[in-house]
Amino acid sequence: MLLEAAGLTKRFGGVVAVNAVDLGIPPGQTFGLIGPNGAGKTTLVNLISGHLRADAGTIHFAGADVTGAPPDVLTARGIARTFQGVRLFKGLSVIENVLVGRHVRMRTDAVRRLWPRGAPDRADRDRVRVLLERVGLASRAEALAGELSYGDQRRLEIVRALASEPRLLLLDEPAAGMNPAETGRLRELIRALVGEGLTILLIEHDVRLVMGTCERIAVLNFGRKIAEGAPGEIQGSAVVREAYLGSEDVA
Amino acid sequence: MLEQLYNAIFIGSIYALFAVGFALVFSVLDILNLAHPTVFMLGAFAALFAIGTLGLPWYAAIVIAFLATGLFGIVLDRVAFAPLRRRGAPPLSAMISSLAVTLIVVRLVELRYGGDFITFPRGTLPSFLIHIGDATLEGVRLAIMVLAVVLMLGLTYLVRSTSLGRDIRALAENPRAARILGVDVERAIAATFFISSGLGGLAGVLLGFAYDSVDSRMGLPLELRAFTVMVVGGMGSLPGAVLGAYILGLGEVASLVYLPAELRDAFAFGLLFIVLVLRPSGLLGQRATDRV
Amino acid sequence: MEELGDFLSAYSTLIALVGVNALLALSVWLTLYAGQLTLGNAAFMGIGAYVSALLGRHLGTPFPIALVIGAVAAGATAAPLGLTVFRLRGVYLAIATLAFGEVVRVILLATPITGKGQGLNGIPPKTELWHIYLSLAVVAYVLWRVQGSTVGRAWAAIREDETAAASQGIRVRRYKLGAFVAGALLAAWAGGLSAHLTFSIEPNDFGFTRAVQILVFAVVGGIPNPLGPIFGAALLTALPELLRPLKDYRDILQGLILLLVIIYLPRGLMTVAQLRRTRRLQEIGAADVA
Repeated sequence: MLLEAAGLTKRFGGVVAVNAVDLGIPPGQTFGLIGPNGAGKTTLVNLISGHLRADAGTIHFAGADVTGAPPDVLTARGIARTFQGVRLFKGLSVIENVLVGRHVRMRTDAVRRLWPRGAPDRADRDRVRVLLERVGLASRAEALAGELSYGDQRRLEIVRALASEPRLLLLDEPAAGMNPAETGRLRELIRALVGEGLTILLIEHDVRLVMGTCERIAVLNFGRKIAEGAPGEIQGSAVVREAYLGSEDVA
Repeated sequence: MLEQLYNAIFIGSIYALFAVGFALVFSVLDILNLAHPTVFMLGAFAALFAIGTLGLPWYAAIVIAFLATGLFGIVLDRVAFAPLRRRGAPPLSAMISSLAVTLIVVRLVELRYGGDFITFPRGTLPSFLIHIGDATLEGVRLAIMVLAVVLMLGLTYLVRSTSLGRDIRALAENPRAARILGVDVERAIAATFFISSGLGGLAGVLLGFAYDSVDSRMGLPLELRAFTVMVVGGMGSLPGAVLGAYILGLGEVASLVYLPAELRDAFAFGLLFIVLVLRPSGLLGQRATDRV
Repeated sequence: MEELGDFLSAYSTLIALVGVNALLALSVWLTLYAGQLTLGNAAFMGIGAYVSALLGRHLGTPFPIALVIGAVAAGATAAPLGLTVFRLRGVYLAIATLAFGEVVRVILLATPITGKGQGLNGIPPKTELWHIYLSLAVVAYVLWRVQGSTVGRAWAAIREDETAAASQGIRVRRYKLGAFVAGALLAAWAGGLSAHLTFSIEPNDFGFTRAVQILVFAVVGGIPNPLGPIFGAALLTALPELLRPLKDYRDILQGLILLLVIIYLPRGLMTVAQLRRTRRLQEIGAADVA
């Protein structure tokens, strides 16, 4: 298992947002996480990415205990993420955003930077441009991130996360607000990335995207994991259907 | 001893009136109105003007001071804060713009009245003394304390039980939801500033009466203490501000006994600092730390 | 050339003052760049001033070394201060640094060795124009280079969105502390230079008024690059002199400039040259001054 979470629990005041959840993500897979609104998906992701500290439970990544580690440590270890509702650095340019994403892998020598001549960060910039080309944003490298269209911003956020060369990528509702064509392109990108050895945890509402992309899916409801299995199993599960029918969502 | 307690409660009352307005604006709009000390000073000067130039009695002067500073508060918002709100500027910008207003207003007052202390015309206030045991207490201060309590009760009633109060509370809690639910946001904000500045101005008049002294820079020490009061009581909490004010008043008077005069200011800041380090959310306030 | 010489000597104090204020403005700029508002740099300036002056007077420390020790003293104070207050959200940080500044001022007022309220007099005038402007040139250059580097980008990211910045692997607290301590070092250096320029110092020179003044330099000048605060400092230091006939209205004018700038040109006067870009930045909701 690349990521192993055991007994994760998180309370906010009187509400238990995540309740003793176990999660095991094997490497080289797309792992889906679904559930009705308010099921605790984003809280769980925040626990895994280090933005929240769990009240109970452990998290192991690549064999090492990373429970309670802050986000920057986890990124250095190889976990990257995107956010629900894009969180880009709006005032920075497209390429600057991705360069920031590459922060933990920058090979630039800080002292040489003081000399006005030469481009000490050429290697990193080239690497970043390649990433931008991959999602068709290379031509807009100098544009301000805040000026991009929503779809472009989403793609930029994914590329920013990739810049740190992660082993595990957490995608928090990446397809929200996308039209079918864009969702299709997203699916292609995810497939390609996993083909290159990346592991992806996909949190999504778009159940079709999840069914069509993930090898394994976990279902949360009211903070508990109520089901886990291959897409077929999940689709046929009475428990899952009930969870969704019991809420506003339609499976 | 009784005298010191008496003075502590008196100064606590002034701090409370001043800080509650400051906390109100912070809780509703999430900004630190650094022009608040100017309304303190303006209230005192308005009263001075009413008594000295217009020849009005002290109770009329108090009302005029309240109305004048309340209106000034509304104007202040229109000039310094509303444009920033419109473009979604961060709180720092509001701090700086209110600072700019302070610079301008203080200087204008100084130009008109000079920088020295001014006293009220003789006979402005009936002065009476209360004798309890060994202690001689100034009656004016008692009246002020009572007035302060009445005002704070009035504010509590306003916030808890009126529709305007409900609007203000909704705005403080969740501006977007409030707007959607039909709250007249502009009216609520104007009312917030009117009340906040009016109370601040009253604090100024009352202090001016008690010390019989008014000057253009009288607001500055208050401003720094307002921070302490807010942090101790909990940022954005009105009852917290009141509580913090009295704690500060008592603490300052007590520290006068043990510390040399030069360090008196240090008490307020030392307290502020310690609270920020140990319990930044204060006694009754919201969370103040990072870590999502 | 001779006219230049005459001009320089006539206005040398003013030019020196501009240089010192520019250094101070840069010290605040640095922390604003990382998204932090600190009102404590006046206190750090005071620490630099007093430490360097006292070292010279009582231990005969050579000028440059005294300056360095003054800066280190400020940095040593800034580090633990920063660590304790960085847990606090923005507004609280401003208040905490303000409180710190006042505590320092009060301590200076009460400690005998500093001369208490009388301050220190008769500080030897060791500062020369070239000291100030060399410092300024070096600092401005370094800051300019840092801006385009990983460190500068990290600070900009923190300013825009701390949570997202942490996700990129940036050790947010460390970077904030770095900007804060660097600002303190800079302010203290400027303080040391200033003390040996004005011959006497007193605690009230380093209080709330000064802290606000430094902030105003940085904000009015502008944030985009180091030239902004330098320009702001130059303008606002020279302006009172130029407006001398309007003596009484100087403060009002400064207040008005500040008000107009913060409302209409929040990224500072420097952005007049880049109005379109500024408008774009504002429209997309990029981080404002801080």
